[in-house]
Amino acid sequence: MKLINNIFTSRSSTTEAPIIRWAFTLLGLGFLTLVVAMPLIAVFFEAFRKGYDAYIAGITDPYAISAIKLTLLVAGIAVPLNVVFGIAASWAIAKFEFRGKHILITLIDMPFAVSPVISGLIYVLLFGIHSVLGAWLVAHGVQIIFAVPGLVIATVFVTFPFVARELIPLMQEQGTEEEEAAILLGATGWQTFIRITLPNIKWGLLYGVLLCNARAMGEFGAVSVVSGSIKGETTTIPLHVEILYNEYNFVAAFAVASILSILALVTLVLKRVLEIKTGVKGKH
Amino acid sequence: MCKRQKFRKIMTTPRKKFYLKQPSIIPGFGLSMGFTIFYLSIVVLIPLSMLFIKTAEINFSEFWATVTSPRVLHAYYITISCSLAAALVNVVFGLLTAWIIVRYDFPMKKIFDAMVDLPFALPTAVAGIALTSLYAPNGWIGKYLAQYDIQVAFRPAGIIIALIFVGLPFVVRTVQPVLEDMEREMEEAAASLGASRWQTFVYVVLPHIGPALLTGFAMAFARALGEYGSVIFIAGNLPKISEIVPLLIVIKLEQYDYTGATSIAVVMLLFSFVMIFIINLIQKFNYGKMSKQGI
Repeated sequence: MKLINNIFTSRSSTTEAPIIRWAFTLLGLGFLTLVVAMPLIAVFFEAFRKGYDAYIAGITDPYAISAIKLTLLVAGIAVPLNVVFGIAASWAIAKFEFRGKHILITLIDMPFAVSPVISGLIYVLLFGIHSVLGAWLVAHGVQIIFAVPGLVIATVFVTFPFVARELIPLMQEQGTEEEEAAILLGATGWQTFIRITLPNIKWGLLYGVLLCNARAMGEFGAVSVVSGSIKGETTTIPLHVEILYNEYNFVAAFAVASILSILALVTLVLKRVLEIKTGVKGKH
Repeated sequence: MCKRQKFRKIMTTPRKKFYLKQPSIIPGFGLSMGFTIFYLSIVVLIPLSMLFIKTAEINFSEFWATVTSPRVLHAYYITISCSLAAALVNVVFGLLTAWIIVRYDFPMKKIFDAMVDLPFALPTAVAGIALTSLYAPNGWIGKYLAQYDIQVAFRPAGIIIALIFVGLPFVVRTVQPVLEDMEREMEEAAASLGASRWQTFVYVVLPHIGPALLTGFAMAFARALGEYGSVIFIAGNLPKISEIVPLLIVIKLEQYDYTGATSIAVVMLLFSFVMIFIINLIQKFNYGKMSKQGI
């Protein structure tokens, strides 16, 4: 009798009764397992379905390797570009007072409001054969759509907010006193930046780079529109996964997908580490 | 004038009411602002304006005909209704998840907490094929559901599940900080005044986290509207049944129907902007109410 009473009444005024807590916990964890954990487990399960050798064959296939190379190339260009942008934008926004800051911040958040497919579409409209610049580009032998530059700029569009959004609040919080003190003591702008600002923002910067990179390597929709998915030439890893899947080559598709999944897990772990370092929680 | 004198002058003159930029001794505004605007123009402004320029080229009757054709209308309906359903589910279960992570203790809590971010870190294409393999008629979950004659793959239900996956972190991560910062004294006060736990939740906790819940809902909804990679595999893309708007845009592009693709995209974009605007308004209204009540 006492036990029944105990599980139905709560022990303090700000917590629920134990039975409710149990119910909520099980329901929540069940939901998380079903929705989040199972797909991840399924990737690895399917990848190894035909055994270890089939898995290795899937990820060492020449097309897969060129997809990996291309993904690394595109991310290797897009992420540093976005880092430079992020630093420039947050320097301008955090260290100065000017009109129109809100508009600038809204513009920086724009890619989050736009569907990835539309993100790719706008570049096809700008650089494609039938577009305004199209004729000029063809005449000069420059190909953007269906080639690497198109992949890069589409990836840049989708990922540039990440670094900026990390740095702007961080630098705003840090204020301008340290930089002003340095300038007053005779430092040049660059010296101030490298010796004062950069060390202060280094963990936030790493965090932004981490998120930016994860998104850059995994981007699908925008890149799919812009690349034409020409096997071996313009397929990044996610596009390659799609091609394999559509060819019913499931084991290979999941094998390549597992590479991205491992990347995602590494990203999550590093994210945790950086969150502890910066004392920041749950921001994205 | 040396830096020190300039700094003194800046600090002692009163701030002008209308200014374009406050004077400062920190260098680099021109460079950083110039580069920022240049970058934004090339990457965002010019391409986005192409969208609207292209739309202006199309005459209105052709635009209207494209946008109101049955297949397109069905795609809009499917996209919006599935996104709404998924976002609502995410609000309920996202709140539940945030609640148990913040308020309760259980084994492996840190792992589950990190798990919430997985849909954010996992590429959409990978999520798409993983979900399809799970819910296809011969998949782990699909097999189980088939016994009850429930079909998920190639149906809107599959789309909703995929959208729940991608939208979950938005709700949890927006509500979690607010729950963490919430003062328990308010709940204690309510309890001491005789409120039951449920009443305390509905009248004290819920209004406090309301704006965050709404923001999380809006973000999950916006994300779901545009989602492509995780949906196209499980949806089966049957026209009028499970074809979403982003896919329709891609199909039009593959047929070189640029005007068609642009028309559909513009409507989608306008809808997203209106949604975000409305949500912002509601938030402003809520914050105004809260500050009036002195919270």
